[in-house]
Amino acid sequence: MDVTRGSHAPSRSLPPEGARAADRPSRIRARRLVRAVLRLLGLGGLFGGIAGGAHAVDLPPDHAEAMIHIYDGGGVTASGPALLVRKNIANKVSLAATYYVDMVSNASIDVVTTASPYRETRQQLDISADYAVRDSLIRVSASNGQEPDYTATTWGVDVSQELLEGLTTVSLGFTQGRDQVGQKGLPGYFDHAQHWQYRLGLTQIISPRWLASANIEALADEGFLGSPYRAARAFGALVPERNPRTRSGRALKLRALGDVSGLFGWMGAARQAVRAEYRYYWDNWAIKAHTLELGYSRYFGDAWLADALVRFNQQSAALFYSDNASTETLYVSRNRQLSAFNSIGLGGKLSYTWKKVPGQYDIKVHGSYEFVRFDYQDFTDLRTGQPYAFNGHVLQLYVTANF
Amino acid sequence: MKPTTALALAGRLAALAALAGALAGCAPIEPWVKPYERERLADPIMQFQRDALAERHRDHVFTVREGARGATGVQGGGCGCN
Repeated sequence: MDVTRGSHAPSRSLPPEGARAADRPSRIRARRLVRAVLRLLGLGGLFGGIAGGAHAVDLPPDHAEAMIHIYDGGGVTASGPALLVRKNIANKVSLAATYYVDMVSNASIDVVTTASPYRETRQQLDISADYAVRDSLIRVSASNGQEPDYTATTWGVDVSQELLEGLTTVSLGFTQGRDQVGQKGLPGYFDHAQHWQYRLGLTQIISPRWLASANIEALADEGFLGSPYRAARAFGALVPERNPRTRSGRALKLRALGDVSGLFGWMGAARQAVRAEYRYYWDNWAIKAHTLELGYSRYFGDAWLADALVRFNQQSAALFYSDNASTETLYVSRNRQLSAFNSIGLGGKLSYTWKKVPGQYDIKVHGSYEFVRFDYQDFTDLRTGQPYAFNGHVLQLYVTANF
Repeated sequence: MKPTTALALAGRLAALAALAGALAGCAPIEPWVKPYERERLADPIMQFQRDALAERHRDHVFTVREGARGATGVQGGGCGCN
């Protein structure tokens, strides 16, 4: 959650409730309508103070995003539109909906060496409701993703609590998901997978210039955790992969973000910020991963904002991963995602404030590009006999509006 | 229960009680950055995650290609696609 958006932040503070009501008679009608609907639904007691009560934490502002996203790399192209709309109801509940499309053209090295290239479309719909009560924000969310041979449904609850006048924010969250797994050419679904995520976060204002946060998440999976199309290699021959049906992982992420405007003369007078993020991940498949990301943001005038980032990732292989197994084992996989590899990313983003009417709305246009290089240490390109490596390109063009 | 185990348990309880007593004796913590000092922090460049859709797409790109996942702060549904 954004700790700077509490009512204590000067730039986001709201006028008194009475003043807002006097200015906008339509709000009174809206509140009456919401009360009437809640009474009809029998929720009047739960949300009794929905329109009249004061609260200390602000809901996310009304917001919309429209994006075209493209990923291209390693023979895979995934692109599509995505939309997000968030709207406050009676200044107490914020509803959001997201629609996301991935049109995938897959001719990855796995596909071209062991199967046939294919195209498919994935669609995902997410909805969420945020409810603010005093210093707490409660979010209930659900999502559904559809592919021709896979469906994924999740629901989750997140609660964040501000402490010390918004200086500290503690958050707790839980997500459960259930997937149905199918295979082209077979009717229906042949297996399932379930996922559980438990997360705990702490965000702290350190000083007028610095923020820091720590997040830890426990993840558990059960069911079919592989791909029906992917092949493993044993004694030089292709065999179906065999994965464990359970997996348990932990992730710890530490972040720091600081406003460095005017600290050094050579940096100029522009508003600018730096950030550092580090994540350590480990699981009972023996994967250990370190991810470090460094970023820099800087305004150019009032209208332009530029961001730059560099990302390093390194991970070890799963216990049962093998490029070419030479012993008979219960589990065997040649999934590159589970192998030992390094990746490095370099990216930039430009944002332009197209229109801005203070206190009413703003519209911004953004473009970002990130180059990512993946180098696999133990995955042979069967076409060349050399260790596999590829370059990925991530492009995003999008418009955001606050209103 | 073995005597050594009971002793260790008693020691832990005593330490816990001492810690609780020490905390109870502390003065209330005053926010050391006052609300009127947070103007810099309210700027969009001081958000860990600025645009939800863009963050989510980026998270998805890495999650389906790397073994690591979680603790990103990005909420999103499950997806089996690669």
